[in-house]
Amino acid sequence: MSGPALVVHQFRFDQKAFWRNPASVFFTIAFPVILLLIFATVFGDQTVDVRGGVKTTVYYVPAIITLSVISATMQSLAMSLVIAREDGRLKRGRGTPMPPWVFIAGRVGNSIVVALMMLVLIAALGRLAYGVPVPWGRLPEIVLVLVMGAAAFCCIGIALTAAIPSQDAAAPIVNALLLPLYFLSGVFIPDDQLPSGVVHFADAFPIRHFFEAFFSAYVPADGGTSLEWGNIAVVAIWGVVGLLLAVRYFRWTPRGD
Amino acid sequence: MSDPVISIRGLRKSYDDIEAVRGIDLDVQAGEVFAFLGPNGAGKTTTVEIMEGYRGRDAGEVTVLGEDPQHTDRAWRERIGIVLQSCRLDPYLTVRESLALYAGYYSAPRPIEETIALVGLEGKAEARASSLSGGQQRRLDVGMALIGDPELLFLDEPTTGFDPSARRQAWETIAGLRDLGKTIFLTTHYMDEAQRLADRVAIIVHGEVVARGTPEDLGDRDNRPATVSFRLPDGVAPGALPVELGAAVVGDGLGVSLSTATPVATLNALTGWAIERSLDLEGLEVRRPSLEDVYLSLTSEDV
Repeated sequence: MSGPALVVHQFRFDQKAFWRNPASVFFTIAFPVILLLIFATVFGDQTVDVRGGVKTTVYYVPAIITLSVISATMQSLAMSLVIAREDGRLKRGRGTPMPPWVFIAGRVGNSIVVALMMLVLIAALGRLAYGVPVPWGRLPEIVLVLVMGAAAFCCIGIALTAAIPSQDAAAPIVNALLLPLYFLSGVFIPDDQLPSGVVHFADAFPIRHFFEAFFSAYVPADGGTSLEWGNIAVVAIWGVVGLLLAVRYFRWTPRGD
Repeated sequence: MSDPVISIRGLRKSYDDIEAVRGIDLDVQAGEVFAFLGPNGAGKTTTVEIMEGYRGRDAGEVTVLGEDPQHTDRAWRERIGIVLQSCRLDPYLTVRESLALYAGYYSAPRPIEETIALVGLEGKAEARASSLSGGQQRRLDVGMALIGDPELLFLDEPTTGFDPSARRQAWETIAGLRDLGKTIFLTTHYMDEAQRLADRVAIIVHGEVVARGTPEDLGDRDNRPATVSFRLPDGVAPGALPVELGAAVVGDGLGVSLSTATPVATLNALTGWAIERSLDLEGLEVRRPSLEDVYLSLTSEDV
């Protein structure tokens, strides 16, 4: 098979394995849906003081899509690659004629496709359950920001595997990084209720910038741009740094091998 | 004779200050099953992973299928199959899917159904890997290593941790591969496995080959003393045995073992003596040293 055909081949089997894995389906698909339902139920009739005041559900739909993208990419990749590495499955794959980049491309493709599915799922749920308008006119910008962010968080997730020593350590390490940043970056708690010091702290990390960029594409300010290039650039730089670290430190063999 | 499939000269490899492989020479010919036998930590996996291209080396020459495993390409990988010492399967893919995934990596794979039959998993084609027994998972491992139709197959401790029936099934699978004309390089720490499967065996201890040969003549087995053992009836002490047995009495009490270089003469003298006295020698047997005896004596001499 040619390189691209081999990537599609790998992707097909990654998709099968993904949908049959209860943990990946729960955390990547069901968990964001549950979060949206909870936030909308608890804070549904309030308004958030951004963009001159928007309904809470209008705020949470892009917030939860942001979380879904990070979950489908960084979180899912870091955990599944560490498990496959410690199982010896990555090492076995390296013993075949398959070029290593094909394997990575299949996994990244799987993550980005799931992220796009989550965009559709959460946007549809927001529209049907809470009347949050789907911004059809800005679909190209929305997909552009989402795919760029998804690619960057894939690189970060792959780089992160080098810092995770075992299968058991994967979930705690990934969650210890992500959960506080979801809170501090305005994904769980609207910005208007966060002290400015917290937001400044969160500005050092890519989640805040990805959320800002995605929120601007989904709910732009009046007369404002839907492409916040400053935020997009910060996410891209994190992605490139992740890519360089991944190229340098990613390992195919189990720890202690 | 054509060029060997594997040729190793003066191979050395150290980890930090531990010398895992200390000057190994090996040749493996096309179509033979070669067993690399040794205790845990002897350097078997290090050596095999150098041949597979997973590890570098400190010194020596290694040629596998005409190439140095440190500088190989996709074409070389098409020609080898690898079963790692420990590798789990994707738990969410079925037997057929696991093989189909790997078949896609090769330019001319074996037919999937035929490969399933070859490793004896016909009834399990639709079963997910996570539902297979340990022995079945190992056979799927072998199937995935065979799916590219390799000329050379590496099996690193293929039956470690198996119960006797799973081991016997794995042996049948491996023995069947010989009929396909594959060259097989097998590592094991089970003597019976080497004896059952291999055409030739090398015993490795502390990173060095201490013996090599066919399982039959390994360690000069034919010229080692045989053991004649039996039990004496009540009231007959070992001291009553005739001097002309010409053998050393090893055992004591009722069970007696005689170590002898001339088992035929010893047996003649012993049975003559017993018939004269109308004694029955229960449990009488003559035993040549097994591969296990040779292996144990070789590996213990080194300690």
